[in-house]
Amino acid sequence: MQTAFYMAAAIALAATAMVVTRRNIVHALLYLILSLLAVAVVFFTLGAPFIAALEVIVYAGAIMVLFVFVVMMLNLGPAAVAQEQAWLKPSAWIFPALMAALLLMEIIYFMWGSGLPPAGGIEVTPKQVAETLYGPYILAVELASLLLLAGLVGAYHLGRREKGKTDEL
Amino acid sequence: MTMTIPIEHVMAFAAALFAIGLIGLLVRRNVMLMLVSIEIMLNAAGVAFVAAGSRWHAPDGQVMFLLILTVAAAEVSVGLALVLQIYRRFKTLDADAIDDMKG
Repeated sequence: MQTAFYMAAAIALAATAMVVTRRNIVHALLYLILSLLAVAVVFFTLGAPFIAALEVIVYAGAIMVLFVFVVMMLNLGPAAVAQEQAWLKPSAWIFPALMAALLLMEIIYFMWGSGLPPAGGIEVTPKQVAETLYGPYILAVELASLLLLAGLVGAYHLGRREKGKTDEL
Repeated sequence: MTMTIPIEHVMAFAAALFAIGLIGLLVRRNVMLMLVSIEIMLNAAGVAFVAAGSRWHAPDGQVMFLLILTVAAAEVSVGLALVLQIYRRFKTLDADAIDDMKG
């Protein structure tokens, strides 16, 4: 478990350093997904499997889809097709793919030796998290719902097209 | 338990992740990459919370991570809507090009 933690942490740091140094936004997003997956493995080794799952589903899933959608909306036209072709060269994705395969191997290793204790000591189960979340932190849950509603309304308001204006986006 | 990771190492990892995000935010001028850097910094804060919660065997750290996740989701949706508006009006994603307000 300790080795798994240090390996995942090294992958996360390397991938994050690649994110902020890429010139191409799609390459940066590719490395960001790798970084988030590595951080999910770190959470798993720290005894937080529920948070690890959420990291993959919400961060690497939902938030990344938002970013990719906006990249797609900003790159319309025939020039984008040639660009896509140049972006999908093996040199662009081979390193992230190798590192992600390494993370997958770690997960498979965990599943084979399921008797291993988490490296952070005792595992904090989703049940404990839920009982705390809907017990002492119930007000924070309500505030989070308000924040999400404000984010929804704000994104809708900012994202709409102005009336009478015709542009390509 | 003998097989534990020292909390200092996890905190150093979180700090390094946060530092990379901060450097990215300061160095890059692409609005979208600046948003990505903010995401990295929020994620690093979450790592610190979960590590501390795991150290004390308390679920509070994970609850805090859930709240950070909510903040990140709201922030990124509003931020990307702003990016779309900026691109529509200025036809660029360069943060330095948007100085009409002379702030």
